[in-house]
Amino acid sequence: MTDAAIEARGLSRHFGDIIAVDRVDLQIPRGEIYGFLGPNGSGKTTMIRMLCGLLTPTAGEVRVLDLEIPRQAEALRRKIGYMTQKFSLYDDLTVAENMRFMARIYGLQRGAAKARIQDLLERYALTSMRDRFAGDMSGGQRQRLALAVATLHQPTLLFLDEPTSAVDPENRRDFWEKLFDLSDAGTTILVSTHYMDEAERCHQLAILEHGRLRNQGSPAQLMAQLESRVVEIGGSDLRRVKEHAMGLPLVQSAAQQGLHLRILMSPDASDPLSYLREGLDDDSLSLNMARPSLEDVFVAATQEQHSS
Amino acid sequence: MSSLHRIWAVTAKELKQLSRDRVTFGMVVMIPLIQLLLFGYAINTEVRNIPIAVVDLSGSAIARTITEQVRVTQVVDIRTYYHTPREAEAAIVAGTVRAALVFPENLAQRAAGGEPLAQWLVDGSDTIVGSALLALRNMPVHLEAGVPRGAYRAASPSFEVALFFNPERRSEVNVVPGLTAIILTMTMILFTSAALVRERERGNLELLITTPVHSLEIMIGKLVPYVFVGLIQITIILGLGMAIFQVPFNGTLGNLAAVTLAFIGASLTLGLLISTIAKTQMQAMQMTVFILMPSILLSGFMFPYDAMPRPAQYIAEVLPATHFMRLIRGVFLRGAEVSQLQGDMIWLLGFTVIMLAVATLRFRKTLD
Repeated sequence: MTDAAIEARGLSRHFGDIIAVDRVDLQIPRGEIYGFLGPNGSGKTTMIRMLCGLLTPTAGEVRVLDLEIPRQAEALRRKIGYMTQKFSLYDDLTVAENMRFMARIYGLQRGAAKARIQDLLERYALTSMRDRFAGDMSGGQRQRLALAVATLHQPTLLFLDEPTSAVDPENRRDFWEKLFDLSDAGTTILVSTHYMDEAERCHQLAILEHGRLRNQGSPAQLMAQLESRVVEIGGSDLRRVKEHAMGLPLVQSAAQQGLHLRILMSPDASDPLSYLREGLDDDSLSLNMARPSLEDVFVAATQEQHSS
Repeated sequence: MSSLHRIWAVTAKELKQLSRDRVTFGMVVMIPLIQLLLFGYAINTEVRNIPIAVVDLSGSAIARTITEQVRVTQVVDIRTYYHTPREAEAAIVAGTVRAALVFPENLAQRAAGGEPLAQWLVDGSDTIVGSALLALRNMPVHLEAGVPRGAYRAASPSFEVALFFNPERRSEVNVVPGLTAIILTMTMILFTSAALVRERERGNLELLITTPVHSLEIMIGKLVPYVFVGLIQITIILGLGMAIFQVPFNGTLGNLAAVTLAFIGASLTLGLLISTIAKTQMQAMQMTVFILMPSILLSGFMFPYDAMPRPAQYIAEVLPATHFMRLIRGVFLRGAEVSQLQGDMIWLLGFTVIMLAVATLRFRKTLD
């Protein structure tokens, strides 16, 4: 038994001419919440599908929970829980019926299943909704049901594919509380997202773009290691300033955030503030260095690749 | 004007989508093409080549002369010769022949006396076949070359005819059991052909295939409820047929249940196979119709199987409905035992096993 829950080497998947995942190496430790951060179409779902044996890799090796995938995918299925991007339980079954169905599929004994379902209904605040049709529930309620079902057979590894994309911020926070509970109990969780706030909660992150692994590490590490400099500009007519700034060679990106313009400078800029002051040539602007955020890390990681 | 513009927008979009759905587009062309060729040849209300047996108790030259004259009418196709009427009756029950021509021992005497020469034993359950054979009753018969029978004595009919199973020649007797085959084909295939496709469309399948459930378990689990649906339907059809149309039930429940379950199995597994091929519920529906149409027209439900040309018969043999049509009519109307109809029974069971195996192999637990 190795320390890694998931190990992948040179993992690739092509769909015809399209390369969805391109030679990715991964090492995901047991017991951690590991995030795949990337925009839509970056290969997150394809990665997850390959890791749980639903898609055969075009190239590369995968070991999940010491099982060789996809050869031993059947043996893996008892040990993993999977929450698909699209709600995939039965809309025309009630909450309790959906849970009973999946309990039987996983071969839980009658008594054990009953107790487990009762426990999950309480833990995920679904008791009052046990006889409601899944199709009639709100986005947040459905996600709770989907998570409850994914953990029904107490898997050691949980795959969550953009679990909160249809959920409001409050429900999202509650959802993450549940994930931390599971993580504390020893479950390894792999979660994909395109939300920065969600990514920030992960123990470790992999930034994916166009099927390539751009960067990897804990959120704090990634932010600390960011070599690009971040400058916040305050002032008037920021849209014009942004256009101007984007024309400067050492500016990686510029994005307006409320009353400020957030500029990401290339690591080559030794003195970003004077460089910008000179380049923009506008005394009415206030320029300050800022602490890098995860979004900055993400933008820097994905931009580097474009320029190179 | 702007309304026309918008109508055109919708039409153009619809055409674009239609042309991208390969299966639907194919069906638009294939359904009229294949069905026309098929049914243009198959639909032939002029009945020929009815399989019959001959029992000659007289062993005379006259019998051979008459047999030859019956043969050249082409209405019948002489398949076998039996020594006793009993053997011929058993063959009729088993469905290997539809009628038997029995020449009595005193054939010469009858010929001289101007009495009917021989007797037809006819399976009257199919009224089209029955009528064709009844028409032979008064056919002119020459006892010796060039001498018509009428030259000996004034004419009574050439033959006597005994219509079994349906002496009043009511078409319901044949139609009601046949209808079970059509209705079961329709509902059984329709229900299951949509089964997997629906789960794929709704996204349920992606979750289901990450669980330990085996493909064969999914398949069988999906089929079981529809077995009961099929049994309820056949009970309604046959029960009402007996109550309202006085269709006689001449067989046993055990035989009836056996052939029905075999056919339900064949239809459900065929539907399942469609379900692994179709990408959308719409496509599954079209494929079902593609099987339903020939099942109605070629299975012997509307036109006697024996009267169809060879190519149409070959196609009919592939359809489970054709085999069930023979089984249910035999078991229900003629009181046949399953053992007498084992060819069709084995075919249906084999078909079920093969379809289930192919569907299970086609259904992979991956998204590749």
